[in-house]
Amino acid sequence: MKRSITSALGAAGLLALFGHMALAQATSTDPTAAANAYVNAPHNWQMWFPEAGSPLQVQIDWLMKFVLWIMTGVVVFVGILLAYVLTRYRASRNPVPSNVTHNTLVEVIWIVIPTLLLAVIVIPSINLIYSEADDSNPYLTVTVTGHQWYWEYNYSGVQGGLDYTSYMIPDNQIQPGQIRRLSVDHPMVLPAGEKIKFIINSADVLHGFYLPSLGVQRYAIPGTNLTQWTLIPKVGTYYGQCNQICGINHDAMPIEIKAIPLADYLNWVKYAQANYALNSFAPSLISSPLPVNKLADASSN
Amino acid sequence: MTATTHESHDSHETHHQKGFIERWLMSTNHKDIGTLYITMAVIGACVGGVLSVIMRQQLMYPHNNIITSGAAWNAIITAHGLLMIFWFVMPALIGGFGNWMVPMMIGAPDMAFPRLNNMSFWFLAMGFIFIMLGLLIGTGTGAGWTIYPPLDNAQYSPGIATDFSLFSLHLAGISSLLGAINFIATILNMRAPGMTMHKMPLFCWAILVTAFLLLLAIPVLAGAVTMLIMDRNFGTSFFEPAGGGDPVLFQHLFWFFGHPEVYIMILPAFGIISHVVSTFSKKPIFGYLGMAYAMVIIGFVGFIVWAHHMFISAISTDSKVYFEVATLVIAVPTGIKIFSWIATMWGGSIEFKTPMLWAIGFIFLFVVGGATGVVLANAGLDQELHNDYFLIAHFHYVLSMGASFGVFAGFYYWIGKMTGHPYPEFWGKVHFWTFFIGVNLTFFPMHFLGLAGMPRRYPDYADAFAGWNLVASVGSIISGLSTLVFFYVLYAVFTSKEKLADNYWGEGATTLEWAVPSPAPHHTFEDVPVIR
Repeated sequence: MKRSITSALGAAGLLALFGHMALAQATSTDPTAAANAYVNAPHNWQMWFPEAGSPLQVQIDWLMKFVLWIMTGVVVFVGILLAYVLTRYRASRNPVPSNVTHNTLVEVIWIVIPTLLLAVIVIPSINLIYSEADDSNPYLTVTVTGHQWYWEYNYSGVQGGLDYTSYMIPDNQIQPGQIRRLSVDHPMVLPAGEKIKFIINSADVLHGFYLPSLGVQRYAIPGTNLTQWTLIPKVGTYYGQCNQICGINHDAMPIEIKAIPLADYLNWVKYAQANYALNSFAPSLISSPLPVNKLADASSN
Repeated sequence: MTATTHESHDSHETHHQKGFIERWLMSTNHKDIGTLYITMAVIGACVGGVLSVIMRQQLMYPHNNIITSGAAWNAIITAHGLLMIFWFVMPALIGGFGNWMVPMMIGAPDMAFPRLNNMSFWFLAMGFIFIMLGLLIGTGTGAGWTIYPPLDNAQYSPGIATDFSLFSLHLAGISSLLGAINFIATILNMRAPGMTMHKMPLFCWAILVTAFLLLLAIPVLAGAVTMLIMDRNFGTSFFEPAGGGDPVLFQHLFWFFGHPEVYIMILPAFGIISHVVSTFSKKPIFGYLGMAYAMVIIGFVGFIVWAHHMFISAISTDSKVYFEVATLVIAVPTGIKIFSWIATMWGGSIEFKTPMLWAIGFIFLFVVGGATGVVLANAGLDQELHNDYFLIAHFHYVLSMGASFGVFAGFYYWIGKMTGHPYPEFWGKVHFWTFFIGVNLTFFPMHFLGLAGMPRRYPDYADAFAGWNLVASVGSIISGLSTLVFFYVLYAVFTSKEKLADNYWGEGATTLEWAVPSPAPHHTFEDVPVIR
């Protein structure tokens, strides 16, 4: 344990040298500092998905390219066909219209070929659905609860419990290295390279737990626990946002995830328990319309 | 489709002149009611359109300060969606062109139930007042057009504005339901002798299928909205988890209505495009039966795919597989329509009049929107794309470009029949090209924003999304200016002294409305036309 603290310190010190000290509260004791080395955030004029941060996102990225290339082919084909017809059969070039209104062969072709294209798409697509659903055997389960307008993260499995809230940094308090509208006060911290299961619910209205670089998205629904898994191989910082309208500050409850080496993560748990965790019974949950036993169910998972 | 009539036009002069109140407020005439609906659509489109330009102005730059209140923002996005659907696209295509053209196309003197027709319009007009109250009272209705609970329940949306918006859906729903009953009765019973179902113009087929969709979908919406109103006001808990209810139930009910609703908006446009393409290619429609039954199949399958709107909500894995496959199936009949339109043009003698430009624009942009629709139908990809700007781009390609291009194609195609005056061809084309550039510039960059992960319904966003948002906002200004051109066209039509012939499009226009004078007289077909 001691060695990993030293290594975290060493990493933090190195990063500080490179000017990567991002968080306001990041001190030399912050065990999440390793995550500042790689930041997976959207960039201006971006035209494609974020760099895939999870195996699921790799699959999504692949299928998206596969389907989009097929559909681009269809659009280009129709566009060329349309352009040809409009040029070849314009009134000045073809003054006398034909009277053909039937051609069984082409009518069969334009039913059969689209059906085949769809069949080609469906097979990998169904595989992806089952991949997304496979949340078995996680290393860690984090219960995510949406609130108006912040996220609450509950690490029910860790020794001593851990439950804390995560608010967006307001625009006027943004520090250098933070990203306006994406950085939060207390990010979710996860061990890199381990399978994580999210149990997602809400304490009030619907929210959306949306992490585009990890291929994660689920509604947060009061009274219902939805699950989604991820695995983040690369140490770094990943961002997401609430993606289901939840009231007047819908755009002000982003998600920030720091994936750090397992040893650092274990240190962070103690750090968080000491520094910013709520006690095991979060006051916000007791006062919420969501029955507390919902979370008890989740933690027994 | 060929048709002849042997009515005489002399008898039209016997129609007595009515006063303004009697003619417009108590109207039982399908053409006057159609005109009222089109007027409603113009008003609805203006309000909804101004709201959209305001939204794009706010989104032009990150950290912008045109709308600083989240409540105002949410009220605007909610009203924009509801207005464009219920007070622009539906009254224009169904109430407007449907009322005007369906009785003439099938050789009927009027709709089956003229007074019901009148009621149906005024319910919609009252609904418009309610939706405006829902926008303007207090902090407005801020739940988005999908009105998902719990956000719109009494706890999170207190105040009467949300009730006004919910009741406005009831009024618009009753209006559509009565209209649907009227269209079904008219089309099934009042076709002229000789006009069998399989000779009926495709626009009538489109309206018939649409009417059945309304008849089956609207009561489900009405039930869901009633339950919401009761949850808000009478202490029930249909959608309240604390009382044993379930917000997910509302999502199922809403989309059981909501998915057929998207076909309700696009099928009449399909009908219009068929007529325009056939007219300006001077050829009968290719594969008429395939075209008609493709719409029937789209309508049917449209009812069994609703949960593809809920792929990231509470839905089981196997259900996702089913709803994905069922959704993809719709691409096949839609493909039949697209290819049949192109085949109609094949071998034709195509004239690029304004309505034809809108129709060609429709076909191409609908294919683009359909392609992204196939992408979104993949449940696995929807996990990434759900509710982000890729989705916004997709449904604006099929609605803002699909349905509204259909509306404009119909407008330029029939405005001469409705007013007796031609539209200025030059300005019609200016309108088309500016609108085409404007909407593409607005919505194409949204694909990129969505891929980058920008969520919808955000008044402020991370600075990384600034570039494409700026492009989209410039596009919306161009579309807005283009609409001014449209108003000039309207002005020019109504101030024109030029008179049009019965069939001003010539040989390509073969349906019955071209057999009556322009403008179409107050009463058509006092003698029953016979179709050969």
